[in-house]
Amino acid sequence: MTASGAAPLLKVEGVSRRFTGLLAVDRVSFSVPPGEIFAVIGPNGAGKTTLFNLIAGVFAPDSGSITFDGDAIGGLPPDQVCRRGVGRTFQIVKPFPGLTVEENVVVGALLRRPDVDTARDHAHAVLRRLDLFDKRTQKAGALTLPDRKRLEVARALATDPKLLLLDEVMAGLRPTETDRMVGILRDLNRETGLTILLIEHVMRAVMALASHILVLHHGATIAEGSPQQVVRDPAVIQSYLGAEAVH
Amino acid sequence: MPPIDLILNVAVGGILTGLVYGLMALGLSVIFGVIRVVNFAHGEMMTVAMFLAFSAFTAFGIDPLLSLIPIAALLFAFGYAMQAGLINDFVNKPEHTQFILLVAVAIILVNVLLMIFGPDARGVQTDYSFDSFEVGKLIIDATKAYAALAAVLVAVVLFAFFRFTLIGQAIRACADNYTGALVVGLDVKRLYALTFGIGAACVGAAGAVLVLITDVTPALGPSYTLQAFIIVIIGGLGSMPGALLGGVLIGLTEALAGLFFTPSAKSMFAVAALVLVLLLRPQGIMGKRQR
Amino acid sequence: MTGLFSELSKRGIVLLVLLLALMLAAPFLANDYLLTVLILILYFAFTGQAWNVMMGFAGQLSLGHALYVGLASYVAAALFVRFGVGPWIGMLVAVPVAVIAGAIIGFLAFRFRVGGVYFAILTIAFAEFTRVGFDHFSYVGGSGGLFLPVSQYTSNDLVNLRGNPTMFYYVILAMTLGAWLLCRWLLRSRLGYFWQAIREDEDAARALGIDTFRCKMIAVMISAGLTAPAGVFTAFYYNNLFPEQVFNMGRSIEIILGPIIGGVGTLFGPILGAFLLTGLSESMHELLSWLGLDVPGAKAVFYGICLLFVVVALPDGVWPWVARKLKVTERKVTERKP
Repeated sequence: MTASGAAPLLKVEGVSRRFTGLLAVDRVSFSVPPGEIFAVIGPNGAGKTTLFNLIAGVFAPDSGSITFDGDAIGGLPPDQVCRRGVGRTFQIVKPFPGLTVEENVVVGALLRRPDVDTARDHAHAVLRRLDLFDKRTQKAGALTLPDRKRLEVARALATDPKLLLLDEVMAGLRPTETDRMVGILRDLNRETGLTILLIEHVMRAVMALASHILVLHHGATIAEGSPQQVVRDPAVIQSYLGAEAVH
Repeated sequence: MPPIDLILNVAVGGILTGLVYGLMALGLSVIFGVIRVVNFAHGEMMTVAMFLAFSAFTAFGIDPLLSLIPIAALLFAFGYAMQAGLINDFVNKPEHTQFILLVAVAIILVNVLLMIFGPDARGVQTDYSFDSFEVGKLIIDATKAYAALAAVLVAVVLFAFFRFTLIGQAIRACADNYTGALVVGLDVKRLYALTFGIGAACVGAAGAVLVLITDVTPALGPSYTLQAFIIVIIGGLGSMPGALLGGVLIGLTEALAGLFFTPSAKSMFAVAALVLVLLLRPQGIMGKRQR
Repeated sequence: MTGLFSELSKRGIVLLVLLLALMLAAPFLANDYLLTVLILILYFAFTGQAWNVMMGFAGQLSLGHALYVGLASYVAAALFVRFGVGPWIGMLVAVPVAVIAGAIIGFLAFRFRVGGVYFAILTIAFAEFTRVGFDHFSYVGGSGGLFLPVSQYTSNDLVNLRGNPTMFYYVILAMTLGAWLLCRWLLRSRLGYFWQAIREDEDAARALGIDTFRCKMIAVMISAGLTAPAGVFTAFYYNNLFPEQVFNMGRSIEIILGPIIGGVGTLFGPILGAFLLTGLSESMHELLSWLGLDVPGAKAVFYGICLLFVVVALPDGVWPWVARKLKVTERKVTERKP
């Protein structure tokens, strides 16, 4: 296990959430140590996005606790969760379409910067990192999907998060684009020590990035461990990965 | 405190008038529920229908209870053409852009009426205008009873259309899932035009019979629009029974407010009811929770 | 100051200065009729800008802005008529009253998550409620109206806003210019960015740490407060107030037609829209009486048809199109050297 001994940055303990009869998240527990890239995988409808929304404050958990950086954040609204240092992306990207790429990122940068000029400087640095600097004057609504996905990450990153929640940022990308995103995220993690929690379907990205994987099925944890352990786990193979992913 | 008989009579009159309002609001609700466009020209279309019924009566002596059918058909054609020719391009535009489009239509309608009929109040006097039915101690105006009956009949036909015909079901499918409707190959554009036509036909029928109860002037358009909004929000946007129920509630509220306070303050009570509903149950009495 | 105008091209700045000079010289060039039209245009430019803060910047559609105009009119007029308090001190009361009214509507709507069309209807509802309320509010004349004493003034009394149209013209011109500068500053501020984020996507804005409730409240309060001076102005310009007129739904619609036709969310849209619509309305009047078609309603029908054409041809408003044609804005976003 990585980073053993360090206090976890994010600790989720026995969290459940029910939607009109459906138990979307069922007593899920895990913890993410600082500096780690942690992946949550599982088939469609496994409760991954609901779990994310519980951490990010979109929904309050029915039971269980969520601790971030030593503070309980379960049930806090999204803006306050973000202010404590959790940045997130949306599975269906939500750019500000009428604003330019730069303005999109400036909005995020303004969270911890008092004036627009310093926020713009920070936004430029983030845009360079995400390979979007040259497109900064374009309207976000006019971007291609891969660019929008990177803009989504850039905007969240501009809020200077301690933990970045990425909801399927590789979905719909071609392999070269996926590799580009993997490279960007890996560099971010190595160079800044940023902790990343990602939901991902693209197994090649998960295997390349994650040091630890949690597998959800029907809202409950069915396996957890290093990538090598998880892909060999019979329950995981049966419920999710299927034959195709094992080779 | 007015005598109890009078209160009951006023209340029943309010409920009957409210059913006609309900039919008008039903049109707004159907249009919004399916197309997701708020028809800001709704009240103006109502006054158009009222003037048509007035003209048919004064020129040819046709009773509004009969002219409501051709008037509903005319308004249907108007609504169909407007959706197909004008509004359809605005379905995915921001609300304020749709608003301007329909306000422009409303301005044109009001002022065309003003040019033709002038600013004075017009009404219809049939040979049963002063008749009434006595049920026990209740005295019910014949005009209100007939108008309400006609409104309910039209509403029942509409319910049946949406429940039992293929086109009605297809329109409901569009309302539930726009993309899904496109995927299974429904002609959404035509169905939208039909929907706007049906909504307009409701207004046509409601306007025709309302002339039996109350006078009309071109300037009344905006207040009918507002009233239709209030009813639909109270009943629940997109809910057909909700629109009728909302109409009855508003008819009742206004009638009683007119009796207990002053007729000029009655719209204040309708607005107060709207504010309460918006704050306490924003989906409306019969509406389903969205989001 | 140069930073303030950084997004304008040289050509844009030249045009802006020319326009301003023309507006300043207008009373010496225009006849009395044209001057009253210009006052009306500037009134709509002013209120349109105030409305634009709420809808154009923060994305909250208000259809009841006549409420703030009307409340401010009545507060200032009542203070003047009943207590002899001048308009500028009256303004110090009228603006807070409008702000509080905006805050109440905003609080109820945003706390209870009322948005979109529902919010718009709520704003109409409050304006209507207030209209009927003032109809029965005998202290300020009820439906019979409230009147300010009119007399022929030989000199212009700026302190009590009693004077000839030229004085009123310069007052509303200064107000419009002030509102424009304020809107400009707001749009580029931190708050302006947060508002635009909320307008574009509220969920995404919240996920970036923006307290959307607070930002929307500030937008409603600034918009309402900025509308109020227009109410004080009209009360003293027209000298009479009727609830049926000042709180009328039609008044609210008139206020928002300009910015929507001009271009929602832009700084020049509300001003251009006011010129176009009021100009259209007045020239229509002239044209129709010249043609002998002076039937009641005819003017408004043509007005409606023109409105329809504009919104079909340029649904995003006229200003973005004009700005492209005139090349008055710089393409490039200013880059700061690292």
